[in-house]
Amino acid sequence: MLKILSRFFGGLFRRKDNLKIGFYGPPNSGKTSLANLLCRDWTGEELGTVSEVPHETREVQFKEKVEIEHNGKKMLLKIIDTPGIATKIDYEDFINYGIGKQESKKRAKEATQGIIEAIKWLDDMDAVIIVLDATENPYSQVNLTIIGNLLARKIPVLIVANKIDLRKANVKKIEAAFPEYSVVGISAKKATNMDNFYDEIFKLTKRV
Amino acid sequence: MKKNSKIRGFSIHIMPYSEIKELTITERVKKILQLVLGNRVVILQGRLRPEEEIRLIEDTMAMVDHIRSFKGIELAVVDAHRGDAGFFLKMRRGIAQGLTGESNSLTVIGPASIVKEIKKDPSKIEVFFS
Repeated sequence: MLKILSRFFGGLFRRKDNLKIGFYGPPNSGKTSLANLLCRDWTGEELGTVSEVPHETREVQFKEKVEIEHNGKKMLLKIIDTPGIATKIDYEDFINYGIGKQESKKRAKEATQGIIEAIKWLDDMDAVIIVLDATENPYSQVNLTIIGNLLARKIPVLIVANKIDLRKANVKKIEAAFPEYSVVGISAKKATNMDNFYDEIFKLTKRV
Repeated sequence: MKKNSKIRGFSIHIMPYSEIKELTITERVKKILQLVLGNRVVILQGRLRPEEEIRLIEDTMAMVDHIRSFKGIELAVVDAHRGDAGFFLKMRRGIAQGLTGESNSLTVIGPASIVKEIKKDPSKIEVFFS
């Protein structure tokens, strides 16, 4: 109850800037690539490293005061990039990428802790961008669980279908899976369709 | 379980919603994880609330961190009558009613060492065992 009141009164008096925007999604969907693109474009600095190895982001990382300007409108955001949420972690998966056993075990341990940290941050978000890999099946339970929790917390959501530069990408399948949400197809790697993405971010923050 | 050892067998635990109806969120998640740690695939009548599902993932990760042979879980919710297009309607109804067990859903939760993958699309579910 206190949380609801705090959210209501906080919303009345808070300026709609410096909003906390979280990047959530499964591992390797391109959350950090997209967060980096935003931060690089508007602050000149990147947020984290990206890799083909899953769970490269193993702790929550953020950039304060990212000012975005688009079509004559400005907005100040706090960009929060989170570790990919998964239901299983096996250190042997890291070994398959050529990483040594000890380092793989260390990564697996950090990855589990990163997932717990990402979940704990859910309550702090003003809005969330779910980044999905458009080449993968969108009906995974992790995706549904994250979105279900955001729905229950009344946190506005934008779904990004990333990797549209790849031949297997299927944005329509993601739209069909989440018909009640705005879905924007982009390629964070090639910075494709970013105008539409920024349009959607401004729409998203209006719902906060 | 020894590393790389083959699974000799597993059992399926059919859990009617009544079995967890009176339990708190902590007790529900604990009960499910205890079964999963005992190499059981749990088929739950109904579905967990969103906060219970995310708590299940959270507690699973804590256990992966502490139990050497435990790699995590596979989790999927199937609706008997409709595809996932109605997921948000069902979710909203579930939240509004404050319970989920009377729905036509089934939840499959298994240890990742036994359930290799659960493939899901709106019309079917496929469970692949290791």
